This record gives sequence, C-alpha cells and structure tokens, in this order.
Amino acid sequence: MPAFEYAPAPESRDLANLKPSYRPFIDGEFRDGGGEPLKTLNPATEEVLAEVSTASDADLDAAVKAARKAFEKIWGPMPGSERAKYLFRIARLIQERSRELAVLETLDNGKPIRESRDSDLPLVAAHFFYHAGWADKLDYAGYGPDPKPLGVAGQIIPWNFPLLMLAWKIAPALATGNTVVLKPAETTPLTALVFGEICQQAGLPPGVVNILPGAGDLGPKLVEHPGVDKIAFTGSTEVGKLIQRQVAGTPKRLTLELGGKAANVVFDDAPLDQAVEGIVNGIFFNQGHVCCAGSRLLVQESVADEVLDKLRYRISTLRLGDPLDKNTDVGAINSREQLGRIRELADSGEAEGAQRWTSPCPVPDRGFFFAPTIFSGVHQSMRIAREEIFGPVLSVLTFRTPDEAVAKANNTPYGLSAGIWSEKGSRILWTANRLRAGVVWANTFNRFDPAAPFGGYQESGFGREGGRTGLEGYLDV
Amino acid sequence: MSAPTLPAALADATRDDASLRRFLHGLPGVDQVGVEARATALATRSIKKSSKLWAIDTAISMVDLTTLEGADTRGKVRALTAKARRPDPDRPDTPRVAAVCVYPDLVATAVEGLKGTDIGIASVATAFPSGRSSRQVKLADVALAVESGATEVDMVIDRGAFLEGRYGEVFEEIQAIREASAHAHLKVILETGELATYDNVRRASWLALLAGGDFIKTSTGKVSPAATLPVTHVMLQAVRDWFTATGEVRGVKPAGGIRTTKDAIKYLVAVHEVAGEQWLTAEKFRFGASSLLNDLLLQRRTQHDGHYSGPDYVAVD
Repeated sequence: MPAFEYAPAPESRDLANLKPSYRPFIDGEFRDGGGEPLKTLNPATEEVLAEVSTASDADLDAAVKAARKAFEKIWGPMPGSERAKYLFRIARLIQERSRELAVLETLDNGKPIRESRDSDLPLVAAHFFYHAGWADKLDYAGYGPDPKPLGVAGQIIPWNFPLLMLAWKIAPALATGNTVVLKPAETTPLTALVFGEICQQAGLPPGVVNILPGAGDLGPKLVEHPGVDKIAFTGSTEVGKLIQRQVAGTPKRLTLELGGKAANVVFDDAPLDQAVEGIVNGIFFNQGHVCCAGSRLLVQESVADEVLDKLRYRISTLRLGDPLDKNTDVGAINSREQLGRIRELADSGEAEGAQRWTSPCPVPDRGFFFAPTIFSGVHQSMRIAREEIFGPVLSVLTFRTPDEAVAKANNTPYGLSAGIWSEKGSRILWTANRLRAGVVWANTFNRFDPAAPFGGYQESGFGREGGRTGLEGYLDV
Repeated sequence: MSAPTLPAALADATRDDASLRRFLHGLPGVDQVGVEARATALATRSIKKSSKLWAIDTAISMVDLTTLEGADTRGKVRALTAKARRPDPDRPDTPRVAAVCVYPDLVATAVEGLKGTDIGIASVATAFPSGRSSRQVKLADVALAVESGATEVDMVIDRGAFLEGRYGEVFEEIQAIREASAHAHLKVILETGELATYDNVRRASWLALLAGGDFIKTSTGKVSPAATLPVTHVMLQAVRDWFTATGEVRGVKPAGGIRTTKDAIKYLVAVHEVAGEQWLTAEKFRFGASSLLNDLLLQRRTQHDGHYSGPDYVAVD
C-alpha cells in the first residue's frame, strides 16, 4: 500500500498580477524613484520577481511634504466620521483583493499560502475595520475630549509580515488623523506598493499615505527627517536602539516593537496534545519569523520526555516546501542572510552542547529552506537560549517548580510575549501575574486580534499597537 | 482471547475501582478550543489527483456498510450484502467494503449473502443503541450474534454508569463482552455525543482500550452529534498513545453523519497526521456509514471518467 502522499495543490501564481516593475507611491501617484533600483526575490526559488524603483532623498522630501500638506489641509481637519468611511472602504477593498494579495505576499516573503490566506489577510482587513470604528469615537477613548493627532508619522516595518505590519501601522495612524510615510522592508516591498493602488481605488486624498521602498539606508533618513513628528518602528532590537539614539533630544514621538525570546511554559497538568500544537504553532508559524515566537519551551521535568516525544512526532508531520502549495506548513526563509544567521546560531547550539533534532522532512534543493529543528538539553547560559534566532528553531529547557519556571521565563533581556499551558486556572493566573511580557497567552499561542494591545518590555521595545491603548501612540495626550 | 500483558503501570491502573479512577482522571486534559482548532486546520488539506483516487479507494475498503433500522428485513440485508460484494457493478476493480453491519437477528442472512468472501460480518449487540438492559440480556445478544456467525461485535458502553463515575463496572462489562465475543473483533461504542466533554471521550477511550476493545468507535448513529472530527482526533490520539505505551495497534471507527467523500478524506488526513500511517488500513480504521459509499463510488467514477455521472449510476441499496 502506498503512503498517503498528498499530490501538489499549488495556488495559481497568476493571481498575484505580478508586474515586472514597481514604483514608489508619493502624493497619491506612483512615481519613478531616484534611488538605486532593487530586485526582489522569491525566496522559495531564488528567482527575481520584480524590479523595484526606490526612493531618493528628494523623493523622501517630496513624500514628507505631501504628507504634511495632506495633514494640514485635508486629513487632519476632516471629521472622524469621514475618515472612517475611507478606512472602511480600504478594509473592504483588501477583502475583495485578498486572494491576489495573499499570493503576492507568499511569492515575495516565502510564507505558506495557507498562512497568508487564512491568517495574514483576514487580520489585515480586521485591523482596518477595527480602527475605522475608532475614527469617530476618539473623544470617548479615555484621553479626554478631542485628542489631537501628532502630524506626519514615519513608519518602518519588517519583512516577516509585510502587509500585516503595514496594517498595524497605517490603520491606527489614519484613524487618529495622522498622515503616513511608510518604508517597507527591502526584501518584501511588493504588497505595500499594491496597497498604494488600494488607496487610489478608495479615493484616499493624495499625500495621506506615501510608500517609499528602499534599502537599509532609507530608514535612518526617514527617522532624521525634520518634517516627521512621530516614528513607529517594528524590527530588530539592534536597529531599534539606533533609532532611539537618533530620536533622542528631538520632539519626535517614538514607539518601538522589537525582538523577543518568548517562553512557552508547559506545566505537568497541561492539556498535553494541545500544548504540543501550541508549541508547534508558537515556533513554526511563519517559519519562526515572528518576534513573539515561543522560541524557548520551558517544560516541567515530570512530563518533559512525554512532551518531547509527542513534539518530535508532531513536527515530523509538518510539510516543508513550496509556499504556494496549499498543503505546505513551513515555507521558505525570507533571505539568504537570514538563513545564514539561523544556521550560525543553530551550529552554536550544537557546539555549546545542546542536543539537536531535525525533522526528517525533505528539503527542496532550490530556495532558502531550514528544516524544523529542536534543541533539547538547553540551558539559560547558551546562546540559543538568549539570542533571538528568528527561524524554525526551538530551544527546550526544563524546570521543576512554578517559581523556577517564572524565574527562567523572565531571565531574558526581552519581554514581548509568553505562553502558559495548564488546566488549572489559578496556576495560569498566578504565572501570568509574574511573567514580564507584553502578551501572555494561556492554553494557546500566537493569537492576534486588533482589539488586543501588543508590545513589549525591556529590549522588546515600548508603546503598544492595537486596542484602545494603541491609539495613544498616535495622539497628543 | 486472553488479555494482553500490559506494562506494569497500565496493569496496575485496572487493579480496582479506585486505581482505575485515579488513572483515568490522571490522563492529560483535552483543551476544547485547541482540539477544535487543530481539527479545523487539518481539514483544510487539499487532496488532489492520484492522492484523491487512492484516498477514495482506501475509504471504500474501510466502510462498514450498515443498516440499523427497526424496519430492516432479510431482503434489505441481502441487497446490502450484494452491494458489499460488488459496490460498483460496472467497475469490477472497485475495492470491496470492509464489513456489513446489521442487528444480531439478521446476522445469519448476512452470513449467507457474504459466503465465499472475506468481508466481515459486524453486529451491534448489547442492547444497542441505548445499552439499557441487564448484563444477561446483553450477553445473550452477543451470543446470538457470534453464534450466527458475526466476525465483529459492536458493543455500546453503559453511558449511565460512566457518567456516574462507576468506571470499574463499565470496565468489567467490556471485559465480559470481550470474553463472550470469542474470536470476533470487539468494537466499543463510546457514544461520544452523550459523554459531553472531550475529557470524558479520552477517559472512555482508555477505559475501552484497557478492557481489551480492538476498536474504539464514536457513536451508534442514533444520537446527535455522532462522529465529529475533533472527537475522532481525541480518539486517534488515544490509540496512538496506547501504541506508544504498549506497542499494540488498536483501531478507531467514526460512525454516523459521515456522508461525503470530502468528509471521509478529512478523516483520512486526521488518521494520517494524528495517529500515523500504520492506521491507514481497514484493519485499524473504519467508517460506520450507510450513505457514504455511494458518494465515494460517484467520486471514484468522476476521477476515472473526468466527469460527474449522477446518483442514478450507482445502486441505492
């Protein structure tokens, strides 16, 4: 009898309407950028997808100027109820074009289509719908009557959730009356530029949203630009620190959402099969390219062997490969550099004495792929327990008592998220009260909702995105 | 059939009522949200082309073709056995079903109809579907089925006793029926729709496995909800954990409410990814269904012919 091998079920790449070239979106139109053009790759095949014209200093100036004008003349003075209409329109257009956007996102980023289709796009639309609802209710958000927008927001987003991070940044900024200059990541600019088309379709006034693709040198220029009132950044802690230095001493507001090394704490009374699912979802979702990924598994010693056995079995059923295949669970690593960094850190784990186990799944010859890997016998002093790997690599540590679990979970310079697995409500609450993390999930992991504030402690940054709290970052309160 | 030698920890679990209770309540809990989310996610697997044809043929070979109505007659059973022999007369390469499932008094008719084949004859004994009768009546029911030639016995557990926490009693009854079934395969129907929680489904699954059931089966088909994907997930986890603990492979049978090829394939995906490849055989996985077969046959034709032919092209028996 043959094994149950699923035949390939590829989503059509034609749906992405891929064009040979893309251009910056400034003042309501697409313009040739004056910067050095860049090529964006499909990380699953290493083929060039499109050439992207990038923004020069003059383009940046033009975009900030357009945003300023739109803020002063149109968007800032506009009643909230009017702004809401635009946001609702954008949300609906995202829903209408969600298949196209999902395929494009998968081509450009390497994430599996089932995630871009079932997770990213629905959340992107939800963020615009949610914030559209706030636009005319800011007086009742708890910041006193008539809170004012800040002005022009400069926003820099990473490559792990290109469109979702755009939504997290743009939706609250627009809802509160700010205008936006956004720089998408160098390796994943395409969906952001298609979002420019959506702004046109929605009839958004020119200048309200400007999108400037570019390389790493464009970010600092945007941060430094005197015409920008607020900087919002999601990305690495390293870059976050540089930005904070740049902004220091200026009147600019700043929110940072940076790296993480989240602890996923499994107590011995946990629903073990679901905990295993949560561990898998926590670290292998989006190839582990998630700042709040549950990359440190803390499991109680009395169930450690059982959990590890179940985990290895479960991970060996994960399907790695073509991201456009609807049956793929783990897609491609976004870039060669990132793959190199993951390999380097994984090797360090082995060198420091942790036991490496890698899923026996077949790995494609082309493209950037890294098979799901777990390290057991990890200790707090190892690099793989301290540094963010940002890939499908899980470090497994054990603990004996709840106090030890909390101590180990908090023993990190980061503090973005954490997970607790227990059937006992009192234990969940006890632990959650002691974990220093922006989000604590109980008996689940990596759940997002526009109404739930998200953000970090310590080196994971400051400021919150989402919910009522998230509005504060874009209001003068 | 003698009970298998269990590892010490499991053998100890069945020592007395108290240890049985401790063991069952010591099993890891099942998180409802988590198991339902997993079942939903896994159901989005896209099965195409050669895999689909393989899945359809495998599903056909796993069907327990069933008629369990008060109005069942010998004629009805004869028609069913004819269908079991040749599910699609136009296409002799169609696999045969695994078994025909009838009430005990009709087993003799089924035996006659299936003479010369290796198709199983399953019978629902033990005061099916409610199980509300005395031990003697249940045993007599089983005896009738087995003596008439049933090769598989589908028993119902006493849900009342289970919900009251009289686990020892349920355990002992399964054992008694295990013994009375002689060489017949024993499928233990948990009637998960009446057990209400996934924790209970897990406990009942272990109880049935400990008592020597060859299969754990979701439902009688007479109670709603019958088989569901999340419940089947929990049961597949139980047989997988049992395999890890003992090295024995026991079976799972969802029954009731699985009507379409699409649904059946979702269950096969769950078998493949939750329990493992070795469960993908009629020895270890069955569908309790009456109307599923025709949809499988139609879809099989669609795969071969390249177009859909319609319900009039398969027999309605």
